[in-house]
Amino acid sequence: MTAALSIRNLIKNYQSGYMALKGIDLEVQPGDFFALLGPNGAGKSTTIGIVTSLVTKTSGKVLVFGQDIDKDFSRAKSFIGLVPQEMNLNIFEPLLQILVNQAGYYGIPRSRALERAEYLLGRLGLWERRDDAVRTLSGGMKRRMMIARALIHDPKLVILDEPTAGVDIEIRHSMWEFLRDINAAGTTIILTTHYLEEAESLCRHIAIIDNGVLVENTTMKKLLAKMRTETFVLDLRTPLAQLPQFHDHEVRMLDDHTLEVEVVRDVGISRLFAELSSHNIDVLSMRNKTNRLEQLFMRLVEDNRRQQDAVRRKQA
Amino acid sequence: MTRNQMLVAYMTICRKEFIRFVRIWVQTILPPVITTSLYFIIFGGLIGSQIHDMEGFRYMDFIVPGLILMAVITNSYANVVSSFYSAKFQRSVEEILVSPTPSWVVLSGFITGGVARGLVVGLAVTVVSLFFSHLHIYNAWVSVSVVVLTSTLFSLGGFINSVLARNFDDITIVPTFVLTPLTYLGGVFYSIQMLPAFWQRMSLANPILYMINAFRYGFLGVTDINLYLSYGIILCFIAVLAAISLYLLERGYGMRT
Repeated sequence: MTAALSIRNLIKNYQSGYMALKGIDLEVQPGDFFALLGPNGAGKSTTIGIVTSLVTKTSGKVLVFGQDIDKDFSRAKSFIGLVPQEMNLNIFEPLLQILVNQAGYYGIPRSRALERAEYLLGRLGLWERRDDAVRTLSGGMKRRMMIARALIHDPKLVILDEPTAGVDIEIRHSMWEFLRDINAAGTTIILTTHYLEEAESLCRHIAIIDNGVLVENTTMKKLLAKMRTETFVLDLRTPLAQLPQFHDHEVRMLDDHTLEVEVVRDVGISRLFAELSSHNIDVLSMRNKTNRLEQLFMRLVEDNRRQQDAVRRKQA
Repeated sequence: MTRNQMLVAYMTICRKEFIRFVRIWVQTILPPVITTSLYFIIFGGLIGSQIHDMEGFRYMDFIVPGLILMAVITNSYANVVSSFYSAKFQRSVEEILVSPTPSWVVLSGFITGGVARGLVVGLAVTVVSLFFSHLHIYNAWVSVSVVVLTSTLFSLGGFINSVLARNFDDITIVPTFVLTPLTYLGGVFYSIQMLPAFWQRMSLANPILYMINAFRYGFLGVTDINLYLSYGIILCFIAVLAAISLYLLERGYGMRT
C-alpha cells in the first residue's frame, strides 16, 4: 500500500548554519492518526514546512501518497490540508469568503466550495459568523476556522501543527471529536501537540523528534508498554501519622492525607492495594501523577540528549 | 492542476483582488480622482489658461492624457504592492503557497487585480476630465493597448517591491523616491522639446516618458517619441519584470525558509 507520507533521510540546514533536521526517516500509513511529538525547536514544524512547501529542504526525499515533491509538488500539495501553528488568516476577510477562496486555489468551483464551506462552518460551530471578519473572532474560533480552511478541498492528508494550543477544554474536546470523525471517514491525520494526553487519546502511531533526529517511531500501544514504572498519587480517608514500611513499592508521604507511589509495571497495582490494606490505610481516590506519555516522552528526550552529549564528548 | 482548475484559481485571485479594492473604494478610487481633479483645476484651469498652446492643443487638453496615465501608474503599482505585502505580513499568503496553484497563475491573478484598479481609476479620472477638457480620441487602439500594457508593467513593479519589502517603509520608498519623480519628469506637464538639448537626452533615459508619449499619441496624435520604440520599451520592461517576479515567487523569496 502506498504510504500517505514517506520521508527518507530528510536534512535541513538553515543559512545560519543551524541543522534543524539531521536525516529523518518517517512513514505514515493511509488512514492513520499519527502523533509527531518533540520539544520546542526539535524539528517538527520544519518537517511539516518541508512537506507543505513552506520550507525548502536541503536534501532527502518526501513522497505524499507516492507523489515525489521534487517531481510534481503541485500534485503532492493537492493531497494535503495544513493547519499551521501560528494564525495566518487575513483578519479583514469574512470567513465564508476565505473558505471559498481557499477552495478556488485548489481549482474547486464556487458553487461546490459554498456547499463544502456551509458543511464545515456548521460542523465547527462557525456558520452564524460566516459573514464576520476574522478579527472579530475569539482565539478558539480562529483555530476552528483554520481547521475548516485546511479541510475545504477534502484533503487525503491533514497536518495539524498544535491545533489546540491556547484553546479551552470544552472546545478542545469538540475539536478532538471532529478530528476523530474525519479520521474515521478515512482521512489520514498527522498531529503535533504539546498536550500529550491529546496525542495519547487520539493517535495510534507516534514519532518523537529531538534535536533534529527521530528518537522513537512506533505504535502508541508499544510505546506505552515500554513504561517501567508509573507514579500514582493516593488521597487518604484518614490522616497518617507515620509512613509504614512498604516492601514491593517505593512510597513517599507528601502530607498526612497524601501518598505518592511508584508502581513497577511487573509488580502491578493489586499488590499495592494488598500492602495498603495490610497497613490499614484507607484510600479515598487515586490518580496518575503525570500523563503516562509525558513520563515516557521526558525519558526518551533525556536519553537522546545524553547520547548526543556522549557522542560530542567522544568527538571532542 | 488541469487547465480548468488553473482557470478557477486565476479567477479566484482576480475576484478577491477586485473585491478588495472596491470594498475600500474610499481609500483606493476616490483619492486619485480628487487629486487629479485638483491638477485639472490648478494646472489646467488656473495656470494653464496663462500658458500658450502646446503642439497645437490647449494646455489643458495636452496634459489630460498624462494625468490619466499618472493615476493609472500609481494605482496599479499601489494595488499590488499593498495587497501582496499585506498578505505576506499577515502570512495569509501561505494559503496560496501551500496550494497547488502554479506561480504564474498566482502572479497573473495579482497583476490582473492591479490592472483592474488602474483601469477603474483611469476611467474615473477620464470621466472627471470631461468637465475640464474636450476628449480627443485620435487612435483608441493605441490608447487602450498602452494603458493596459503600462498598467501591467507597474503592477509587476509593485509585485516585486512587495516581495522584496521587509517592512511597511519599504513599500513607500519606491513610489515616493522613484515613481513620482520619474512620472513628473516623464512629460506629463510638458513636451520634452521645450527642454535644452542635454535634458532632452537625459529624459530619454526615463521609461515613463515613452509610455506617456505613446498614450498621448492615442488621444491627440502627437508624440515626442517614435510609437514603435515606445511599444518595444514597454514590452521589454514587462518581459524582464515578469521574469524577475516569477523567479522570486518560485523561490518563495521572503515567504519560504
